[in-house]
Amino acid sequence: MSDSNIIPKWLSVGVIPLINLFLAFCVSGLFIFFIGENPLKAISVMIKGAFYYPGAIGYTLYYTTNFIFTGLAVALAFHARLFNIGGEGQAYVGGLGVGLVCLIFDQHVVSFLVTILAILGSVIFGAIWGIIPGYLQAKRGSHIVITTIMFNFIAAALMVYLLVNVIIEPGQMSPETRDFASGVGLVQIHILAKYLGLDMAMSPLNLSFIVALTVSVGFWFLVWRTKFGYEVRSLGHSETAAIYAGIKVSSTIIIVMAISGGLAGLVAINELLGVHNKLLLGFTAGYGFTGIAVALMGRNHPFGIFLASLLFGALYQGGTELDFEFSSITREMVLLIQGLIILFSGALAYMLNPLVERVYLKYYGNYSNA
Amino acid sequence: MLESLQLIISLLDSTIRIATPLIFCAMAGIFSERSGIIDIGLEGKMLLSAFVAATATFLTGSPILGLFAAILASCSASLIHGFACITNKGDQVISGLAINILASGLTITLGIALFSRGGQTPPLASEQRFMPIEFPFLDQMNYVPVLGDLFVEVISGHNILVYLSVLAVFFTYYVIFKTRFGLRLRAVGEKPEAVDTAGISVIRMRYQSILIAGMLCGLAGAYLSIAHGAGFGREMSAGKGYIALAAMIFGKWNPIPTLFACLLFGFLEALGVRLEGVELLWIGEVPVQVMQALPYVLTVVLLAGFIGKARAPGAIGVPYSKEG
Repeated sequence: MSDSNIIPKWLSVGVIPLINLFLAFCVSGLFIFFIGENPLKAISVMIKGAFYYPGAIGYTLYYTTNFIFTGLAVALAFHARLFNIGGEGQAYVGGLGVGLVCLIFDQHVVSFLVTILAILGSVIFGAIWGIIPGYLQAKRGSHIVITTIMFNFIAAALMVYLLVNVIIEPGQMSPETRDFASGVGLVQIHILAKYLGLDMAMSPLNLSFIVALTVSVGFWFLVWRTKFGYEVRSLGHSETAAIYAGIKVSSTIIIVMAISGGLAGLVAINELLGVHNKLLLGFTAGYGFTGIAVALMGRNHPFGIFLASLLFGALYQGGTELDFEFSSITREMVLLIQGLIILFSGALAYMLNPLVERVYLKYYGNYSNA
Repeated sequence: MLESLQLIISLLDSTIRIATPLIFCAMAGIFSERSGIIDIGLEGKMLLSAFVAATATFLTGSPILGLFAAILASCSASLIHGFACITNKGDQVISGLAINILASGLTITLGIALFSRGGQTPPLASEQRFMPIEFPFLDQMNYVPVLGDLFVEVISGHNILVYLSVLAVFFTYYVIFKTRFGLRLRAVGEKPEAVDTAGISVIRMRYQSILIAGMLCGLAGAYLSIAHGAGFGREMSAGKGYIALAAMIFGKWNPIPTLFACLLFGFLEALGVRLEGVELLWIGEVPVQVMQALPYVLTVVLLAGFIGKARAPGAIGVPYSKEG
């Protein structure tokens, strides 16, 4: 699987992914049509739901934040040619890091410090959940895809156990911890805006979004501007070449998986520190899996990932609007669209290359580089 | 004594019920992966076919037609997988994942559009399902101690698909290890170049393998919604496809050991349900989540080579191209 070297980059990186996306949307539209609704109306409802109503953009960007974290997590592993399907579990366990820090320290330590520690907690716990599969791949040769899938399920069982039996708030039924102390957490943007005298509609968008953007820049720097990033990419291109170049393959794999898990763990700061203010069951809601679609669409580049996250953020937020406007299509439609995007932008990413090559050569072909 | 016998027998009975869809899916996985195609999409194919089975049965009133519709749906998903990763040489893991997410979204969306029941299908009457089959001589067997109970409770009284799943294991074993087709299938998964040199189409072999896998997943799905259950519920497959995948690895891609892995995982789940709220001597109460996590933990430990080594087929995950 590689990009064609016949067609220029603007076609392979710009145009073909857009055509693939367009195909995914066309097939989604066909499904909506067969169900008996108007696909164009569905699109306009979703666009309005994602951008037009008060607070809509805030909600869209709040979802976007999650997808940036999980998308970057998957992308970093992809650069080393590792397929980390475990973002879901790593984010979930990252939540445990946040929860434990807050529950242990929030009564005794300054809120600001607790928040910082909780962010670190999310990264460290997520990283641990990435390191174990990384270690098993590097040292024991277990296939990372299988191990990370297994670790998603182990994480789910672990979290249910802890939330039901150990860190549940005593005297209540639903499996969640007590609220974190007030003052702990990341401020929501609309509250921040009020201090600055701006009037913004309420939305769960919080400072995690800024963290996500910062991390994106850091990701770019790490992958394309550091020695470690170079090693990661060499490993991704050819393990044999990497070994000959003196790159320590096992430790690179383990570190990549640690960072990848840590990035996924950051979903917890958006969800728990930014919105829920407590640790609760199933807060990851599939964001880890969506991260795979995001990384594929974004071609593993932070800018592409930002755009793809924005698209998925808009789909998620716009999708909730479907529930109100239609009787026969619901927000689960978004899952269908997501599946189709993964199919067309991921598995079938190179389907169109031969066709585009032929068309390109017909009009621009000078056979010098063909 | 009698009580503990009763307990063991009912445990074995639920083990078989839980293991049936795992067995179908794991055999499907063996066919696919032995030919070199990773099959993460077992879960999605099972979910999709469970939905289609229930829907077709509800609309036609015939579980047989429902079963065929399920197989058809599952095979279509297999063909999408094949088109993506055999014909277009796409990534097999990504394609499988796409099928899982697609199945999840498609079943809920279509379910709501068709039945307006929040993604469920209407409940099926018992004549629209595959019902338990009672073996002959049950009354006489009742007088035989232990073995009689075993026969009446564990062996007899399951629906046809349960017995079919046992046949599927022998079918898989026979086809893969005792036929020319099976020899070629294994060769395609280990050294496709060799098969190609012998003048056999790698593409064709792989498509055939994943279609067989599709059929088996269709049976698993039909079992969930029109045999074991009486209708389709959202996310009904609930990770069983992944457990089957684990069982296949645990069985080292061999049908008979995989069967035992499925039974083991089924037993763990049955035991977990049974042990809920029970204080055990010395151990105390075993949380049900420990039992749920155990299949995955065991698979990770096995994959890491701590108890024997699981080795995947040589050419797994690599798209085949003649140029090389």
